[in-house]
Amino acid sequence: MSENTNNRQSRIRNFSIIAHIDHGKSTLADRILETTSALTKREMKAQMLDAMDLERERGITIKLNAVQLNYKAKDGETYIFHLIDTPGHVDFTYEVSRSLAACEGALLIVDAAQGIEAQTLANVYLALENDLEIIPVINKIDLPNAEPERVRQEIEDVIGLDASDSVLASAKAGIGINDILEQIVEKVPSPQGDPNAPLKALIFDSMYDPYRGVVAYIRIVEGTVRVGDKIKMMATNKTFEVIELGVSTPKIVMKDELSVGDVGFLTASIKNVKDVHVGDTITNAIKPAAEQLPGYRKMNPMVYCGLYPIDSSKYNDLREALERLELNDSALQYEPETSEALGFGFRCGFLGLLHMEIIQERIEREFNIDLITTAPSVIYQIETVDGESLRVDNPSKMPEKKEIESIEEPYVKATIMTPNDYVGQVMELCQGKRGDFIDMVYLSENRVNIIYHLPLSEIVYDFFDQLKSSTKGYASLDYEFLGNRPSKLVKMDILLNGEKIDALSLIVHQDFAYERGKAIVEKLKELIPRQQFEVPIQAAIGQKIIARSTIKALRKNVLAKCYGGDISRKRKLLEKQKEGKKRMKTVGRVEVPQEAFMAVLRINED
Amino acid sequence: MFCNSVAYREGVCMIKGAYIHIPFCEHICYYCDFNKVFIKNQPVDDYLDALEKEIAQSGSHPNLKTIYIGGGTPTALDTQQFNRLLNIVKKYLLNESIIEYTIEANPENITPEKLYLMKESGVTRLSIGVQTFQDEILESIGRLHHPDDAAKAVGEAKKAGFENISIDLMFGLPNQTEDMLIASIQEALKLQTEHISIYSLQIEPKTIFFNRMKKGKLTLPGQELEAKMFETLIRTLEEKGFNHYEISNFAKPGFESRHNSLYWQNEPYYGFGAGSHGYIYGQRVVNSGPINKYIQRVNNRGHACTATHQVSITEAIEEEMFLGLRMKQGVNKRHFYEKFGRPLNSLYNRTIKDLKQKGLLYEDEDRLALTHEGLFLGNDVFSSFLLG
Repeated sequence: MSENTNNRQSRIRNFSIIAHIDHGKSTLADRILETTSALTKREMKAQMLDAMDLERERGITIKLNAVQLNYKAKDGETYIFHLIDTPGHVDFTYEVSRSLAACEGALLIVDAAQGIEAQTLANVYLALENDLEIIPVINKIDLPNAEPERVRQEIEDVIGLDASDSVLASAKAGIGINDILEQIVEKVPSPQGDPNAPLKALIFDSMYDPYRGVVAYIRIVEGTVRVGDKIKMMATNKTFEVIELGVSTPKIVMKDELSVGDVGFLTASIKNVKDVHVGDTITNAIKPAAEQLPGYRKMNPMVYCGLYPIDSSKYNDLREALERLELNDSALQYEPETSEALGFGFRCGFLGLLHMEIIQERIEREFNIDLITTAPSVIYQIETVDGESLRVDNPSKMPEKKEIESIEEPYVKATIMTPNDYVGQVMELCQGKRGDFIDMVYLSENRVNIIYHLPLSEIVYDFFDQLKSSTKGYASLDYEFLGNRPSKLVKMDILLNGEKIDALSLIVHQDFAYERGKAIVEKLKELIPRQQFEVPIQAAIGQKIIARSTIKALRKNVLAKCYGGDISRKRKLLEKQKEGKKRMKTVGRVEVPQEAFMAVLRINED
Repeated sequence: MFCNSVAYREGVCMIKGAYIHIPFCEHICYYCDFNKVFIKNQPVDDYLDALEKEIAQSGSHPNLKTIYIGGGTPTALDTQQFNRLLNIVKKYLLNESIIEYTIEANPENITPEKLYLMKESGVTRLSIGVQTFQDEILESIGRLHHPDDAAKAVGEAKKAGFENISIDLMFGLPNQTEDMLIASIQEALKLQTEHISIYSLQIEPKTIFFNRMKKGKLTLPGQELEAKMFETLIRTLEEKGFNHYEISNFAKPGFESRHNSLYWQNEPYYGFGAGSHGYIYGQRVVNSGPINKYIQRVNNRGHACTATHQVSITEAIEEEMFLGLRMKQGVNKRHFYEKFGRPLNSLYNRTIKDLKQKGLLYEDEDRLALTHEGLFLGNDVFSSFLLG
């Protein structure tokens, strides 16, 4: 028995795939599933691991997923592979680090044409911190502009890995897949750990299932867990009884026990996803481990925005949607909020901008609620003259200037990787965003790492889009939270038709206030359609108007054309107009489209 | 197929109008997005064969009131072909019940022969595409004729005995000023026609203007000037005794277009010819647009209908509103009740209140209609009457 277990443990290989968006991670995962015959061709949906529609459409992975595969290697043995999928975006760094912690190895996928990107590098460092064996794979070698040799050199120069036997692959064309699988067998160490020691299982993901409660995705690091065991969450001290254990192949296979090295799922009638923290350790409640696994961190939202239903009768639907999403997303926070302009809604906290966009899109799509999203804000730390400390996550809640002693705002360390042709553009952009230059490192002859300290609020605005457009899409960005710093910030109000619109208020650095105010009123003029009357738009700091523009009155929109008997064309045109109106919120007497509330993010668009 | 059903044949007696499409042109205007092709090398004779077959298949029409031949350019046909067209209509559609028979004509190809043939064949009304009286603008919108041609065409039509002539004008054209529009209206008034249509330019996809606009090479008057032009033209024509009976249409009393009024009154009508639209027995039907496809379909099946849409009660109500409100007389509440079995006000209470408050809608005991301001912002009014 023990020998069997040991033998089995020695044949387990746990690995992740690290890749930049678009470098082919999902396609490679598909190929691996195909080659290990986890799925018959008929079952094979392209990009099997990305289950949610949204993930497939955006080509990114939001939720992690782990699959058990059997691979018959050239040495004649059958190995048990656990492929743990990781999200590939800056908002989810912590989740990536936990899923990497569940592995002994990682495939590093680098696009043979594009080379290493900032996000890839950040994740490679995470993998190295977790002591993972890294297998470099140079992908898309069948593309006409592939330069595998240059990329191989880059991997050696930039990361310091031995890339001499990196696999040259094309996941799309099915080239190099067997080499990858053989290297996993050879290079990735088998899991170490004592199956008889007290249980330590790392939670690297969770999801909510309406019938089974929270499903925790776990990696057994020490010990064994069996159905019926009493277990304890070491961070929250909550106890539960194990109902189900299993693995995904990716079909669900139930198990009686999971032991050292196994990667699978656990259910225990857990009602609340907030009881299952990613990074927490599950142990046995009767025979607990002495200490939890290292690296646990509670996730805090970095970005806040208001979500309001356009149709105010949908407020309850929105609350239900948030409740449902929260079940699956422990990082999502929300609380009710009221706006004079928008009525009842919620202030929601997110890990980052992508996280925010995904939640917003899911609410609109899956719950069919048209939303108004206010411009995202960070948390400002305010000391009042009365000695009170405030955390402000909504610009309209900022106290009057005379009541403020000091304001602090969050700063991040931003790492921007760019071809050296764009160094000037990147620096100009960072300076324009109140950045402090920290360092610049040449990674190779023509790739540069530029490091700036930047206010998070500037990144939240439109930094990423501007970075992409000023570097023709070549630069990539990674950032990490540094801490709060004092700043000279002021609140800017926007008035429509003479009325202050709280949902449009924003906090700006006083040196940039005029410039930004001007840009915003111009953008709003562009985004808000003509009304039956003239609408002045003003930007104000306190009582002082700093910028102004005017939307002219609508004068004529009647269709005065002979369409003959073609009524359907008239109808389509009117339906389009009516659809547009549905997506507008009447604020005072002005009909304001959704996009206008995000105008501040779009001031640099043409 | 509906074309052979008994119900359809019984329903025929209710259909009061027939539209016939002639999709051929000698020149393509830069703003036109109707179904049309250069006439050169086109199978015009085969087209007329197919048209005859399609019309013949539709049965007899003892109660038809209006016929309208539009295009394209019906007068682009040569004399022989044109005569053939008139004979087809005479054979299958024309009878004592017809009260209006219109043909669209371009000033440059109205010949005395064609006028004579039309008069002989029972055509009662001519609609002449003049568009504007400024030579440089005519050229810049792709029209072939000159201002003098328009006057000449109207003169000859009158000489041939036509007593119901309409001319089409346009405003909001590239580089057109308000003065130019006024001058065009003055010229049009001199011709003393019974009817004037003035359409505003709409830039539609798949037109030369659309492509120019995309490249930023089209200067349009803009909304303010367009509104001012609309205001001016309404005032000028009303002062001269024209009844502004529909958003784009003006008539001397008694000369309102009967055929077009069928559309606005949401009445059924036939559509014959390539790409034409009909409203038959509660269905919106569309014919194949491409000439060859149309001919082929008619030859194979006796009709060229490619799409039908059964209009639901809700849609019929919406259409009653957004078409009816185009007319000065608006929507009659009693007619509405008779047609749909429910009071207009009960369906649209909030909409009516809201639009009245905005000053766009007029209401009295009998009817709903656009106000003067509503005429300008018609689309806001129309779209409010969509129930979905």
